[in-house]
Amino acid sequence: MSEAAATALRVRITGAGPVTLDLAFEMRRNELIALVGPSGSGKTTVLRTIAGLVPAATGQIHCDGKTWLDSEARVHASPQSRHVGLVFQDYALFPHLSARDTVALAVDAQTPAEKRAGAETWLARVNLDGLGDRRPSQLSGGQQQRVALARALAREPRVLLLDEPFSAVDKMTRDRLKRELAALRTTLACPILMVTHDLDEALALADRIGVLHRGALLQIGTPDDVLLRPRTTTVARLMGQTNIFAGTVAAVASRGVPGRLTWADGTLEIANTGAFAVGAAVTWLIPSDAIVLHRRGRPSQGERENPVTGRIAQITRLGDQTAVTLDLAGNARLNLRLPTHAARRNELEAGAEATVSLLAESLHVIEAVRGT
Amino acid sequence: MDWTAFALSLKLALSTCVVLLPIAVWLARWLAATAGPRKAVTEALVMLPLVLPPTVLGYALLVGLGPNSAAGRLLGALTGGDVLFTFKGLLLASLLVNIPFAVQPLQRAFEAIRPNIREAAWVSGLSSWETFRRIEWPLVWPGAVSALALVFAHTLGEFGVLLMVGGSIPGETQTLSIAIYDRVQGFRNGEAGIMSAALLLFAFVALAVVHLTARRRHV
Repeated sequence: MSEAAATALRVRITGAGPVTLDLAFEMRRNELIALVGPSGSGKTTVLRTIAGLVPAATGQIHCDGKTWLDSEARVHASPQSRHVGLVFQDYALFPHLSARDTVALAVDAQTPAEKRAGAETWLARVNLDGLGDRRPSQLSGGQQQRVALARALAREPRVLLLDEPFSAVDKMTRDRLKRELAALRTTLACPILMVTHDLDEALALADRIGVLHRGALLQIGTPDDVLLRPRTTTVARLMGQTNIFAGTVAAVASRGVPGRLTWADGTLEIANTGAFAVGAAVTWLIPSDAIVLHRRGRPSQGERENPVTGRIAQITRLGDQTAVTLDLAGNARLNLRLPTHAARRNELEAGAEATVSLLAESLHVIEAVRGT
Repeated sequence: MDWTAFALSLKLALSTCVVLLPIAVWLARWLAATAGPRKAVTEALVMLPLVLPPTVLGYALLVGLGPNSAAGRLLGALTGGDVLFTFKGLLLASLLVNIPFAVQPLQRAFEAIRPNIREAAWVSGLSSWETFRRIEWPLVWPGAVSALALVFAHTLGEFGVLLMVGGSIPGETQTLSIAIYDRVQGFRNGEAGIMSAALLLFAFVALAVVHLTARRRHV
């Protein structure tokens, strides 16, 4: 299959809408992309524009060789003709219709009997068999979400759009629905575009993550790319990275020889310095799970790797994980997480001294500092 | 008991309901989906008949629809004959005074539908008309019943505008409420009493039946 044939959806949106958008991306068949970003970043507007619900939209959207939107050529296909499946954040179920009738409305069939039969099939696909007679008010939040998903799937969509699909249900239901979506998508032939503000959700389910900020797509890539190798400091922060520092490239890494990075607390070894030259003033990050605590009194292998020592400023137990803030020299502050039992065994407490290693492999130079 | 006047009242009430409902549904749906100054102005116009004295509205219609006015001549030409002091005039006046009673409950009903319910229907492939017929109408139906009940009862009791526009011509424009006034003027209090009781009873039964029906259908 050629590259062009594998591309199912091409989106380029500029300008109008509740949020001014400026973004472009493509989706392959079977691909799940999660758009993440803070509220007000335009995530939902992207979905609504693809679904054809933003009359003032400008840009181009092509799907399976059909043009859905081309504002220059004044093409604006109706929502009815686009064949998208859209699961609204609040599900938008029809209050007066049973689950079966709701799904049947979206089934493309000739007779009412065929539509009902189709609806039963889709309800069974989302594990709702036997509940076809119930109205939304008689269903739990998770069941309502499944009805909304069944209605979207019954449309046999060319693209499935999910708007914060798991935000309105409790955690147990959410975990189950996530597993079901992961299983379901292997059987679907259309791309899935999901909008979420929950990073864990995006990291767990998505093939690629798009980071949206004030209407602009700052970066799109694999979960590892955007999480561990963000292109800008803003992306790093939006992806929840807290250990972001200023530094200077002291030696460029090449062919297995590590480079060096100087920063507030001295000099670090770094496995990859990217395209930055010696002397470049940069920002860099270390993911909190790439910070390894040295066990007290029992040195182990790898502890020579970028050891830094500081004083514990704060220690917070969060269930089986413990968050630790470490104050270093030069006003630098490191945030790390470790299993609670490890924190206990090492007798970590506020004010105590602790030494950690910053794994050279995980150090990432983000970007050059501008305006200096 | 003046059965002619009773029949005329009934005919006027039913005609008003039939003609007004589609107009009110369209207007209410538009108002529910609109914001800004256009909405405020239209809402004020819709509510105007509620606060104007019926005699003011009646006088305006009398002047505006007379044979000397352009509107009166146009309407006369369109409907074939005079408008004032005929059933047509009565119906027109009745439609105008009943607009707020018809639009208000329907507008509330349309406003109670979340916008994305409509969008969900479009995305599911339903045309605008199908969306109205299968999604919106079933949801605003109880509002329509309230509107019809109000319009029906209000038309039965309407007096001032009808007297100004229609006069009191038996068999043509003399509705039950005007006939009662006529009897009282002629010191025939017994007849007036019977007709008043009949009107009261009929209005009550009509409202009760409509509300009971609405409740049963809605459950």
